[in-house]
Amino acid sequence: MKFAVVVFPGSNCDRDLFHAIETGLDEEVDYVFHTETNLDGYDAVLLPGGFSYGDYLRSGAIARFSNVMRAVSAFASEGKPVLGICNGFQVLLEAGLLPGAMKRNRDLKFICRPVELIVEHNETLFTTSYQQGETIQVPIAHADGNYECDAHTLEKLASNDQIVFRYANNPNGSSADIAGIVNERGNVLGMMPHPERAIDTLLGSDDGFKLFQSMLANWRERHATTS
Amino acid sequence: MVKVKVYITLKSGVLDPQGKAIEGALHTMGVDNVGDIRVGKYMEFHIEPKADHSIDEQVTFMCNKLLSNPVIEDYRYDMEEVITT
Repeated sequence: MKFAVVVFPGSNCDRDLFHAIETGLDEEVDYVFHTETNLDGYDAVLLPGGFSYGDYLRSGAIARFSNVMRAVSAFASEGKPVLGICNGFQVLLEAGLLPGAMKRNRDLKFICRPVELIVEHNETLFTTSYQQGETIQVPIAHADGNYECDAHTLEKLASNDQIVFRYANNPNGSSADIAGIVNERGNVLGMMPHPERAIDTLLGSDDGFKLFQSMLANWRERHATTS
Repeated sequence: MVKVKVYITLKSGVLDPQGKAIEGALHTMGVDNVGDIRVGKYMEFHIEPKADHSIDEQVTFMCNKLLSNPVIEDYRYDMEEVITT
């Protein structure tokens, strides 16, 4: 399976993601610069955390107009997996690939610590290796993680099983304790917590690793005859 | 040439954590008769009228697409003619 890690000016979790794939999963992975217009040959696209374009205007607002995002939209519309973590999630929201928006954290602080998440839905491309309702520990590191959407959207997210991760103890004021959501089709996941920082117990937790394992297992299932 | 001033604020139903913090600080300062503080953004720019699009059309497009996030923010704008010699 071949992964692309997109690099925007100001991305700073790209290497962690690269490491998670290369060393953790032992699969192919490339850095893809924000100027790139072609994602042919990749099986999954990962948008890393960081501060793309210095978070100017709004987190993710400028990055979503970069060349590569047109390719990411096309990639997503083919049903291929796209994962946005932290700033990557914010970019997906700004790009309209996921519904809603991020506000400043409730207490206006940058929060950087491990939190407990509840796996609300384990039948997505990204979560099949988890148990339904399992509690996992994954770090967060953000100032704008206070998820907001209108009541109608929230209802739809809940009824379509699009809420994938919720915070056990809401750290940032996020609506309905939302930590991660997928699109209706289920192939685009955005999440504020950093699974790539939780792939080894040496780093405090390896609970994030199953997310990447799920992506690989689902890809293998679909491509069993060709790879 | 036209000068456009854009004001962006969080929608009225959306809780504004910064506004709340500032309100708390003002109350601590002894200013106890203020409320409903909303923090926003202000932008200004010059725009040259074009034949095929009205300025209103263009500013609305810019506001909806980039300058504000319609999910959580509202915008309004003023325009004034700038005389250039």
